[in-house]
Amino acid sequence: MKLARPVYILLLLAVVVALFPDLAQAAGEAGEKLAGAPQPTRADYPHFAGMSSRDIVWGVAQMHLFLAAFVLAVPLFSIATEFMGKITGDQRYDNMAHEFMKITMSAYSLTALFGGSLALALFLLYPHLMGYLMKVFRGQMLIYALLFLLESVTLYIYFYSWNAMRYGNRKWFHMSIGLVLNTVGLTLMFIANAWATFMMSPSGVDPATGAVIGTVWEATRNPLWNPVNLHRFVANIAYGGAIVGAYAAYMFLSEKDPEVKAHYDWMGYTSNFIAIAGFLPLPFAGYWLMAEIYAYSQQMGITAMGGILAWLFIIQAILIGTIMLAANYYLWCGLMRTENGQKYSKYVKYIMLVIVGGFLVWVTPHSLILTTEEIRQLGGTHHKFLGPLGIMPAKNTAVNLMLVFTFLSFQMFYRSSRIPTVKWARAGNMLIIALYVTGIVNIVFAGLYGYITPTVYKVGASVPQVISTMSIIIFSVIIDIFMLRGAKTTTVHWGRMSDRSQYALFVLPVAFTWLMGLMGYIRSSLRTHWHVYTIMKDKSPEAYIPTIGEAGNTITIITLSFMAVMVFVFWLSRLGATRQETPS
Amino acid sequence: MTFARVMIFSLFVLLAFTGFANILPQVQGDPPAEEEINTGSLDMAGMIALGERLFTGKGTCTLCHNNLGRAPDLLMDDLSQTLPSRLVDARYEGVAKGKNGAGAIEEYLLESMREPSKFVVAGYGKKGTNDTVSPMPVVNKAPVSLSDIEMNAITAFLQNKAGFDPTVPLPSAGEAPAADASDDGDEEDGPATDAVAAIEKFGCSTCHDLEGSEADLGPKLNGIGKRMDDAAIAKSILDPNAQIAEGFEADLMPQDFGEQMRVSELNLIVDYLKKLPE
Ligand code: HEC
Ligand code: HEC
Repeated sequence: MKLARPVYILLLLAVVVALFPDLAQAAGEAGEKLAGAPQPTRADYPHFAGMSSRDIVWGVAQMHLFLAAFVLAVPLFSIATEFMGKITGDQRYDNMAHEFMKITMSAYSLTALFGGSLALALFLLYPHLMGYLMKVFRGQMLIYALLFLLESVTLYIYFYSWNAMRYGNRKWFHMSIGLVLNTVGLTLMFIANAWATFMMSPSGVDPATGAVIGTVWEATRNPLWNPVNLHRFVANIAYGGAIVGAYAAYMFLSEKDPEVKAHYDWMGYTSNFIAIAGFLPLPFAGYWLMAEIYAYSQQMGITAMGGILAWLFIIQAILIGTIMLAANYYLWCGLMRTENGQKYSKYVKYIMLVIVGGFLVWVTPHSLILTTEEIRQLGGTHHKFLGPLGIMPAKNTAVNLMLVFTFLSFQMFYRSSRIPTVKWARAGNMLIIALYVTGIVNIVFAGLYGYITPTVYKVGASVPQVISTMSIIIFSVIIDIFMLRGAKTTTVHWGRMSDRSQYALFVLPVAFTWLMGLMGYIRSSLRTHWHVYTIMKDKSPEAYIPTIGEAGNTITIITLSFMAVMVFVFWLSRLGATRQETPS
Repeated sequence: MTFARVMIFSLFVLLAFTGFANILPQVQGDPPAEEEINTGSLDMAGMIALGERLFTGKGTCTLCHNNLGRAPDLLMDDLSQTLPSRLVDARYEGVAKGKNGAGAIEEYLLESMREPSKFVVAGYGKKGTNDTVSPMPVVNKAPVSLSDIEMNAITAFLQNKAGFDPTVPLPSAGEAPAADASDDGDEEDGPATDAVAAIEKFGCSTCHDLEGSEADLGPKLNGIGKRMDDAAIAKSILDPNAQIAEGFEADLMPQDFGEQMRVSELNLIVDYLKKLPE
């Protein structure tokens, strides 16, 4: 019965087309040389008694995106985990991958439901914009619907054939299905990204009138498409990991059986690992996106980094700091799982110092480029205190140090259950320490150099910093692999975790979700009063950029609803596995 | 009741974030205030009033047309004398040649805005051109970018000042009053690909002595590479009022280049300027 959901969506689209014949016509005119973008006036926007059209679309779109990000990401690392299970022969991995997919299945129909509602809301509330987008993207929207159908089919097959194709060659066949699923899933996301980025940096249309002059591909391949594709791809993995971690934590807290608890503890640890691994490259993907935005339009870049939105990057810093602290806290608690952990926990306070310090540098606001009107409202362009700490080199230094030390937390836990037996263990340890020290010195010096170079954006100095961070991570992993080969392993007491530590696993998805909501708000606001930047004006009554407070409140409500839905899904899946005992 | 515990915990975390978002400075980003003109009901009095606003506002005409002697002081001069006298000037070869009356004045004013060099009021031409080239920018091109209706409104305003009954047509309903930002220049929509094109696109040479324009509203930029580094040059283009060049006025140079330019164009211009010989 579940399979029928996508069919409903197609039906829904058919109904929409029937209700709005001009839209159907718009789609039909594909290929013809078309008139420019519609320029609706304020009165042309439909609205429903007292309801804010924008808030409706905002809420539904966010819910859909949260769910979709999750549903697209989990199969990615599920197949990776499955692969791990296949090559190590460790059934735990296979079971966990299967369990990952189980949560995805429950969320999938909700994703479709919100996706359908979003399409409906957009067509009803913003018919001119949607009509125009249909002109630009022509048949692509139908392809999208078809791919969605394919996604559903492969998803169901992948999940339900799991146990039927568990071993031997069948396993490989099963993983191929997973590969198809992921390919289709990513294609879906890339297509949807094309629409969103077209609205930000339109291409393939006449810049003066918006008339469609290029192919669908030209509109798809707009300047911001690939940066957003990469950013979302990486972020999705981190996000998926965070949510699955919350699931594990939920199960850990609810279960009493020590063996089951141990399983979920291990699952939580792995999910946290996935979340952080996905999170590490994110700032760099973010830089690229920002750089492309600047290159596309100076004005848009200034709106993002300098205008009223600049303060948002300060909240972003708070959120990222929260995520880092929570992840590290969880790792530190994890040291109690091993006998050797004690030895390492004395370093925790220093790591914490660096992370908190880096966090403080990052939230320090500095120069904000504003319009005079905004300056008047805010009362000054420069923040009154801590000036130099707010500039880019300091922030880059802080981020890189935070990443390095988070990695150190991971490494500590990993090593706490392994005692190297190779002869050169001492030398190896010294090498790793030297690696860290050189890397950190490098990062700090590049930061200082960044201060004194007079380039406008001081991006140059961040390259050696990133290289240092990456080198520390990559080389110490390589050294560890060789050094810990044949190491004496001590038992890891999975399940020996405090309840409190599990709440750190809830902080992650809450902060991630809120952060994604915030970034969505920024991305949409960059278009300022345009539906399609420089082509189609937003003349609706809500063409303004809401204040940070207003946006924060909205995002909080959406996040809370999302968490409620997800925790309810967790609860359901636990209920589904519960069986009342046969009365004797 | 793990469900309740988790939800309450999430709520607290969220309230912390929300609280923080609410204590930051709250600014709403309103769309730029547009001259909302109901073109259907605009009468001639409305046109004249609009023209006056445009003359001192968006048109930036008062940058030059003031009492500092850079250009004829259109607000103070007795236009009923000066304007008709242009049409009978021996050097005048424009569309209104040999005509008189309000209609001829309209043609002359519009021509002055569209093709400033068609006739240059004696003594106001660019230096060394013997009054054949006007320093005035073409006002329906970037950066001023007035639309036809807006130029008509200014014409009505000036005709009225000169004591004529305005002869410009009233806009018909539905006609967009403001030129769309995107259709101001013909081929100039894409980013400029070389420095000279960029300088022309943004009209730098109307004020600075560039490409032989000999304009002197802004400082000479020759040898600027010796005085300033790239960043300082870029800054003085993006934020001209941050530091005012000695002997010049603030607010003259347009403040919104940062919004109009692409980074690639900015780089081209900076590169070009810094290589200018002294
Ligand atoms: C960069 C300086 C500058 C700006 C800006 C400028 N003008 Fe001029 N304008 C001049 C100069 C100098 C002259 C005299 C030389 C000539 O006739 O071209 C002139 C001449 C004129 C004349 C003819 C005056 C006469 O007495 O015959 C008109 C009309 C005019 N400008 C209108 C405008 C309007 C309307 C605007 C604003 C949209 C404007 N100008 C903006 C410099 C400027
Ligand atoms: C409407 C007239 C006007 C236009 C158009 C204009 N400028 Fe200027 N510019 C000025 C004035 C007046 C100053 C001096 C006052 C100041 O520093 O703000 C100036 C100052 C400058 C300076 C700093 C010079 C110094 O010695 O400090 C630079 C660089 C500059 N302009 C570049 C440009 C470029 C590039 C353009 C075109 C993109 C441009 N200007 C367009 C009027 C103009």
